[in-house]
Amino acid sequence: MTKKRKQRVFNILITIFAAAAAISFLLPTVLTIANSFMTSNEISANYGSMFGNMSGSEKVFISDNVNLKFIPDKVTIDQYKAVLITNSDYLLKFWNSVILTVPITVFQLLLAVLTSYGFSRYPGKIKNLIFFIYIILMLMPYQVTIVPNYLVLDKLGMIDTADPEKSWAIAVKLQEIFSSNTLARLAIILPAVFSPFSIFLLTKVMRRIPVSYVEAAKLDGAGEFKILTKIYLPMCKSALVSIGMLVFIDYWNMVEQPLILMKDSSLHPLSVFLSQISTNEIGLAFAVGVVYMIPTILMFLYGEDYLVEGITYSGGIKG
Amino acid sequence: MKKKKSKNQCGRRRERIFSNACLVPSVLGVLIFFLIPFGIVIYYSLINNPIMKEYVGLDNYRNLFENTAFKQAASNTAAFSLIAVPLAVILSLGLAILLEKNIPGKSLLRTFFLSPLMVPTASVVLVWQVLFHNHGTINQIVEFFGGEPIDWLKSSKGQIVIIMMFLWKNLGYNMILFMSALCSIPKDIIEVADLEGAGTVYKFLHIKLRYLSPTILFVLILSLINSFKIFREVYLLTGNYPYDKLYMLQHFMNNTFNNLDYQKLSAAAVLFSLVMIVVIAVLLISESIFGKDVEN
Repeated sequence: MTKKRKQRVFNILITIFAAAAAISFLLPTVLTIANSFMTSNEISANYGSMFGNMSGSEKVFISDNVNLKFIPDKVTIDQYKAVLITNSDYLLKFWNSVILTVPITVFQLLLAVLTSYGFSRYPGKIKNLIFFIYIILMLMPYQVTIVPNYLVLDKLGMIDTADPEKSWAIAVKLQEIFSSNTLARLAIILPAVFSPFSIFLLTKVMRRIPVSYVEAAKLDGAGEFKILTKIYLPMCKSALVSIGMLVFIDYWNMVEQPLILMKDSSLHPLSVFLSQISTNEIGLAFAVGVVYMIPTILMFLYGEDYLVEGITYSGGIKG
Repeated sequence: MKKKKSKNQCGRRRERIFSNACLVPSVLGVLIFFLIPFGIVIYYSLINNPIMKEYVGLDNYRNLFENTAFKQAASNTAAFSLIAVPLAVILSLGLAILLEKNIPGKSLLRTFFLSPLMVPTASVVLVWQVLFHNHGTINQIVEFFGGEPIDWLKSSKGQIVIIMMFLWKNLGYNMILFMSALCSIPKDIIEVADLEGAGTVYKFLHIKLRYLSPTILFVLILSLINSFKIFREVYLLTGNYPYDKLYMLQHFMNNTFNNLDYQKLSAAAVLFSLVMIVVIAVLLISESIFGKDVEN
């Protein structure tokens, strides 16, 4: 009896602890959302002093303290109005994020389907060696891969305008075909498309597809391309969704790449721009933050199980 | 009979060609953007400058080690990773074990723990700034309890802030990995141990931990790589020139890119890749020793 009671008390304590931990994980997000419904006056009254020294302004703040507020005094959607309608700057940056992240995700997945199929059919020594190199490449920190990336992108005239003497001949041609904005964006998109992350995950999924399925299809006269599109693709559907989500979040959140590879800051995605929000627009920052998290939050709400599945695939470099 | 066999082989060869051809686009891309230029990077790290192209041996590496900014960045990054990575492994394993227990609302808890992964850091960085500002919330709490306020982001305590941000962002992902690993531990082994009267601690140390060891290794490597991405958080919080203790390797790289010192950059990249290869090899070897008798 006492043991049972002890167990119950223990369980209750653990539940309380878990709930507290979970709520603290959610807190920054909830606070951001709550604060996005404040008037900009309320925000500068509460948080203004944080940025006072930066602008050197003469504004007098109610108090020196920065007061974190959970519930707005007056709920308004003024911030959102300003972000979405009045000030087109933020929507432009949002678009910058979209036009980088979507092509990266789509093309990385397309390439992954093809490559993983290549890796999982007829494995041999050379293929295994290449796969091993991919794993090493995947494990390299960004600080290592950025240097070779930069070297090539520079030669391709994607970082600065191509210099006919230093760049490759193809750079001049590229400049004739694409606008300078497109080239600058390609500097981020191209290396990301060839990043081996999704190939690694998808290959692991494809290797689990039973050979008997393939044999059966072959008996029915299916060619290799049919096997790819009619067996492998449908069986990897959910894996593709979950890998796509992981890739999307990763690049939606990018900061390092644009800082180094994009000289023109008007092309920077919102993830970088948010940190440079100026003092007099501090009243909008929360709303911009919320707008920026909407795509990923929606993905999460609709596809949490896919996401969990995707993370599970990634476990273990050996299997 | 003979004819049929050769036809069969011929067909197989064509199939093989298709599956090999599938690799070509990706291999080309990897060669062009990563492997070949990395060869050039190694070469650049051994010459004096891209115009004269004189071989200087390890001079660039020696210069790197004498560079104070690099030393600062490397030691800060190492200090951060050495604390944050083990913490990430232990805490996420703890969370996974917690969610294995019989508690209500498990799936909701999982959602909560996973949510930071889906929230772009840039979106919530303001809240972090408010929390850790000199006159911010945390300091108000500290003062309320009679402590001395700390200027978190402008002192050596800044590392604590970024460790918390790192854990906040990454624990959920690691936790999922551990949860799936815990599920795959064979039930009968645990039952046998129960029958033989093994205690909770014994079961954990001698059975679960050994089955978990490949996952622990993976989470270690993953967290290590993610720990080098902490630059994002630091940059968003404090910009390009943070307090000394928050100056990370990526800051060093960014600033070196700004004056395009290829020699320094190349030497740093090669050195870093070597360190990573050694660390990963050591981890792999130690895991294969530790987890030997449970595999297969």
